[in-house]
Amino acid sequence: MRSVLSALAAGLLLGSSAHAEPSATNGHVLFVKVGCYQCHGYQGQGGAGPRIAPDPLPFDGLAAFVRTTSGEMPPYTTTILSDNDLADIYAYLQSIPRPPALADVPLLKQ
Amino acid sequence: METMKVDRRKFLAGVAGASAASTMAAPRGAAAAPAVKFPSAAARAAETLVPAALPASPGRPGSDFMVDVIRSLGIEYIAANPASSFRGLQESIVNYGGNAKPEFLTCMHEESSVAMAHGYFKIAGKPMGVLCHGTVGLQHASMGLYNAWCDRVPVIMILGNIVDAAKRRPGVEWLHTAQDVAAIVRDFTKWDDLPGSLQHFAESSVRAYKIATTPPMEPVVIVADGGLQEGPISDGESLAIPRLVATAPPQGDAGAVREAARLLANAQAPVIVADRLARTPQGITLLVELAETLNAPVIDQRGRMNFPTAHYLCHSERARALIGQADVICGLELTDYWGTVNAYTDNHERTTTARTKAGVKLVSIGVGDLYTKSNYQDFERFAAVDVPIAGDGEATLPALIEAVKASLPAERRTAIAGRAEAMRKAHAAMRERQRVDATYAWDATPVSTARLSAELWGAIKNEDWSLVSPDNFISRWPHRLWTMEKHHHFIGGSGGAGEGYGLPAAVGAALANRAAGRLSVNIQCDGDMMYAPGALWTAVHHQLPLLTVMHNNRAYHQETMHLQRLGNRRNRGVDRAGIGTAITNPNVDYAKLAQSMGMWGEGPIENPADLGPALARAVAVVKRGEPALLDVVTQPR
Ligand code: HEC
Repeated sequence: MRSVLSALAAGLLLGSSAHAEPSATNGHVLFVKVGCYQCHGYQGQGGAGPRIAPDPLPFDGLAAFVRTTSGEMPPYTTTILSDNDLADIYAYLQSIPRPPALADVPLLKQ
Repeated sequence: METMKVDRRKFLAGVAGASAASTMAAPRGAAAAPAVKFPSAAARAAETLVPAALPASPGRPGSDFMVDVIRSLGIEYIAANPASSFRGLQESIVNYGGNAKPEFLTCMHEESSVAMAHGYFKIAGKPMGVLCHGTVGLQHASMGLYNAWCDRVPVIMILGNIVDAAKRRPGVEWLHTAQDVAAIVRDFTKWDDLPGSLQHFAESSVRAYKIATTPPMEPVVIVADGGLQEGPISDGESLAIPRLVATAPPQGDAGAVREAARLLANAQAPVIVADRLARTPQGITLLVELAETLNAPVIDQRGRMNFPTAHYLCHSERARALIGQADVICGLELTDYWGTVNAYTDNHERTTTARTKAGVKLVSIGVGDLYTKSNYQDFERFAAVDVPIAGDGEATLPALIEAVKASLPAERRTAIAGRAEAMRKAHAAMRERQRVDATYAWDATPVSTARLSAELWGAIKNEDWSLVSPDNFISRWPHRLWTMEKHHHFIGGSGGAGEGYGLPAAVGAALANRAAGRLSVNIQCDGDMMYAPGALWTAVHHQLPLLTVMHNNRAYHQETMHLQRLGNRRNRGVDRAGIGTAITNPNVDYAKLAQSMGMWGEGPIENPADLGPALARAVAVVKRGEPALLDVVTQPR
């Protein structure tokens, strides 16, 4: 939680300046701020919604889905989430590390 | 007496009509239906369970007799928040009854009293009594009763009230009296009565108990008038407590059961779905037998512990695919059949689509059609079922199993046996998938709900354990990862989704588990906890071995998502869903909350690596016979 909070603080300083490179750090802040974490978990591992990271969908497909979905996920139009912000969120999703192999987690052995 | 005879004839005619079905449907284990006979006054007196204790001695308070009545029903505990309208009865419980059978459980909210009775029943299999102040107490208790109603759980509520205006103390006693005190809960209780005499109290209490414990099981209310409690048993008053004989549960009609069996036996892809099915451990055994006879996958909707998670026919996490492929679906005690076979999307249009393929045949066995009321809508959306059977699911299963076996020709048996291999493979793949899914966010802070569940499983799996909380708010990880097989391994949910249920229900279930020497585990949502945290004190006061592990996502998270949904949909802001839904600023310190009531408490745990050792410490405390609470800050779901 503390790491989320400090990331949040960092994000506030970064603000939404003109976009050169998508920023995974800012993407993490936005992922929390605009509520993606609520349904997908702080690491996109899934919860009320499906797992979306690591290995997210290709950007175009993901963006199309986020903008236009008419299913259980509420859509995010450009009015409420800019293209730059979505690109940052995508960078965050890409930055999420792969989980440990099942065989390496003793608690999950049968 | 005349009217009684007339009624009896009508009643017997009804019973005769139904009895063909019930005898056909009771091949084993089922108790024969009791003979319907109204005892004479003499017979009634002879049947009294507690003649020796009966105060033929006039002058003793009426509430002593009420204690005899409660005792005759085998009620071991009375949960209550103390109140003047039942002070007579409370005094009799503690002094005349010696505070044993029934023992008084001190509760800090009437809603918690009812939820304790609710959780207790899920483990003990018999009702607890709840003593409740009329008016304000009942207003507090009403949501708990609604949960129990929706969950088909019997609760025996005894309400204090003072009918005779001349006997009321001025002031508060008037504020706390009503003319028809049970009216506010009549929409979601099965029966209530306002006895006018002690004999009436005895007969109505026994009747209420029978009504409550006959499926569909539901809460009932008996008013214990203050005048009756406090007044003396009058000279020459002859009192008798009718003997309690459990009513045999209703079984499905034999012809309809045969039709259901024929459909299932001949199905290519039968699917069994169970919700509030297994009332007792026997329900699990029977469901396993039915499933194995057909090699049909079972989707456990987990209103009760219905089916062992490690069994090769347990396919609950494949529900959507299986419902889509099924040619016959057998729903057992489903609350929401419509929602089982239809998809509903909470979008702008609120889209609905059938999940089933064309030509699917739907069978339903359950008590839903036997008893319902109009006002509250807990009966869910109407589903058109092909073979609807009114009857208790567990009581009807023996007949269904026999009928399925009888309608299986040899070649069908071979075909059915051939399904086993595919089922085993699909089951193993599903379990493996769940474990792989659990590795995601394994090391995350806040702690993932999968990690929480896996760590907890590691800490309890070698104990005689019982999960006494629902797990739908933690993505059902315990069902997905643990080996759950015994009836006490899970107690289902609240029924009515009324918050404030979780903690006290866990306390009630832990009380019942204590008698069996079991360790109870409560995975406790933070939002639910804060409705009535006083139940923590009750757990300490009564020394219950209950491990509470917080699922502390610091929000009323369900509502956060709803607000997000609406903000998006209305296209005007997506970053304010925490307003009115987050439980932060300040954070609640649940370990200190527990400690303030004398309970062992630790946390908040934020680093998942700290969780295992903390759980080991907490389990050690509980194994000493005390409750413990571990606060874990978690991912949202
Ligand atoms: C209120 C809950 C909710 C929120 C908030 C939410 N999602 Fe979703 N998301 C869902 C659900 C539910 C689905 C599955 C919907 C479906 O299949 O139609 C989904 C699906 C997706 C998918 C498609 C996954 C796939 O593999 O098909 C992506 C990508 C996604 N969400 C990204 C996001 C991002 C990025 C955000 C934040 C900008 C976000 N979601 C916010 C609930 C949510």
